[in-house]
Amino acid sequence: MIEAVGLTKRYGAKTAVYNLSFQVRPGAVTGFLGPNGSGKSTTMRMMLGLDRPTSGHVTIGGHPFRSLPNAPRQVGALLDAKAVHGGRSARNHLLSLAQLAGIPAARVDEVLGVVGLHDVARKRSKGFSLGMGQRLGIAAALLGDPQVLLFDEPVNGLDPEGILWVRNLMKMLASEGRTVFVSSHLMSEMALTADHLIVIGRGQLLSDMSVKDFISANSADFARVRIADGAQEQREKLTASLTEAGGQVMSEPDGALRITGLRLPRISDLAHESDVRLWELSPHQASLEEAYMRMTQGAVDYRSTVDQKAGLQQPVHGGYGQQPGYGAPQPPVPEMPQQGWYAPPPPGQNPYAGAPASPVAAAPAAQAAPAAAPADLTKRETSEDAR
Amino acid sequence: MTTPPTPQAPYQQQAPVPQQNWQDAPAGLYASPIPVRRATLGDALASEWTKIRSVRSTMWTLGVMIVLLLGLGLLAAIAVSTADANVGETPVLSFGFFGVLLGSICVITLGVMTIASEYGTGMIRTTLTACPDRARVLTAKAIVFFLLTFVITTVMTALVGALQTAILDGEAPTGDAWLRATVGVGLYIAMLGLLSLAIGALIRHSAGAITIMIGVVLLPLVLAMFMFAESLSDLRQAFFEYSIPSQLGAFYDTSVTGSGPSGWDPLWIMLGVTAVAMAGAYASLEKRDV
Repeated sequence: MIEAVGLTKRYGAKTAVYNLSFQVRPGAVTGFLGPNGSGKSTTMRMMLGLDRPTSGHVTIGGHPFRSLPNAPRQVGALLDAKAVHGGRSARNHLLSLAQLAGIPAARVDEVLGVVGLHDVARKRSKGFSLGMGQRLGIAAALLGDPQVLLFDEPVNGLDPEGILWVRNLMKMLASEGRTVFVSSHLMSEMALTADHLIVIGRGQLLSDMSVKDFISANSADFARVRIADGAQEQREKLTASLTEAGGQVMSEPDGALRITGLRLPRISDLAHESDVRLWELSPHQASLEEAYMRMTQGAVDYRSTVDQKAGLQQPVHGGYGQQPGYGAPQPPVPEMPQQGWYAPPPPGQNPYAGAPASPVAAAPAAQAAPAAAPADLTKRETSEDAR
Repeated sequence: MTTPPTPQAPYQQQAPVPQQNWQDAPAGLYASPIPVRRATLGDALASEWTKIRSVRSTMWTLGVMIVLLLGLGLLAAIAVSTADANVGETPVLSFGFFGVLLGSICVITLGVMTIASEYGTGMIRTTLTACPDRARVLTAKAIVFFLLTFVITTVMTALVGALQTAILDGEAPTGDAWLRATVGVGLYIAMLGLLSLAIGALIRHSAGAITIMIGVVLLPLVLAMFMFAESLSDLRQAFFEYSIPSQLGAFYDTSVTGSGPSGWDPLWIMLGVTAVAMAGAYASLEKRDV
């Protein structure tokens, strides 16, 4: 059991984690999600007593980490696959960690076997690939046969076989009654591994619920309606009557309509009443990835822009006093055909409303750092198709 | 949400689990079949010994130091012996001084690397996750490093001293001279290494800490050589007397100047400086994030 209460960490003026409160329960894999730089690793470092929280506290099994009498026997952690001395062999690395907790050397060979590094045990870890490094880190976490396990991005750099192995390992560890806390920025990975999700963005709690609840709370189900091509008048008529009935209608790039807030039979009835012939009426459910993207959209710190390559081009005319970067003709910005691609949230429902820790989710708006007021989070601007 | 615990083999077969030392695990919680006991300083010492012997930098720095102590000590003795120069009042053991002075650079490097390389590689996070008692980690590092360098320096200076007295036919050194030129030098050099370790823990950067330590060893003497102004003569004298090479020379009764620390004094001076630096290292490690 891990319990964080009002966890806050500031580095100078930057707030990395703000007022984070959650519990991680034993017997389940808890996924810890957030975009890059959202404070996942900082939170995990605070759990392990490496960083001191600016305020708030976090306990593991009721004790602060640094007061555990024999930490590796109670908490195993993989923070960073590269946090090893590259000049030391895998076996000696694990042996030094084992000795620190009074774990017999035989256990080192045992965990080396578990992670499949037996053959390279006496090689210096400098030459290890990222995947091998992850395996070494997992071996270190398993060394003490602990009750609580923390993994920070454990599948980074692993091959598909390794990813599958980690996935099964997490589930197996949880099924033995251990607390398993796994961070990731890959929603798709968590969907397959985790039972419970804690989502943070810009250091604040966005959601804390089971995977099933997460999907139903965040991925608005929608209906896709397609009407006869070129029937613009009918289209407008249907849109009007659907809106009147309380639905939300959005246009999809290929002319189809995306409708939320109305059940399928009702849409069919409305179309019938307004005498519009439908070519398609189909139910859809947004994927977990989609729900996650929508939730964290406003909290993404590092967003890429289109590479316009303007800086590389020679100025067309030097004589206009233009700065070089501006002289180049701007390539036409492509139309964003995916506009309105994300399903809107269910009418009148705040995406956070379902979160048990909603007081925490409400706090962000007051904080200076995030420009991510709840309204922002539902903005539709990302152009990525998950389907 | 809680999945009913269905422990897999081989843990299942060992139930019931007798050991639950640190907390009473409620039903359904996993409890390791391997007994849990409190970790101690002894465990940390074993771990640090494994660490220090399993990296090449230790072998290199200590290897080079042994070569320097042995090589320069013998070279000086042989050179003096073949030149048939009159050693006169110069103590025989003092020809080991040059080797020890250069060898101290190796000890400084190793001392800094013992802790700073952990920061450089990120290993410190793994270490402190495995042992959250940071003071215990630093204590274990200090003890292991101190004993290792002390033993090697003392053994080597004793060996070189024995060879020198055999080669040169000067006045036989007294028991006290022997003790200071071996155990005294060993303690002083190990203490200097410990000071480097403390600086490494404070700076957290290998190259920076090594540079600082080499500056500490050489700079006062070099500066003093260029202090010609009359007004600085007191400072110049102090630099000459208390610079680390001069202090080291005091163990051989061949200080750069006639005055200044003598006998075992340099050891107490170094002990004080190192104690302050180590206190700073403990405070810094305890307080700062890693």
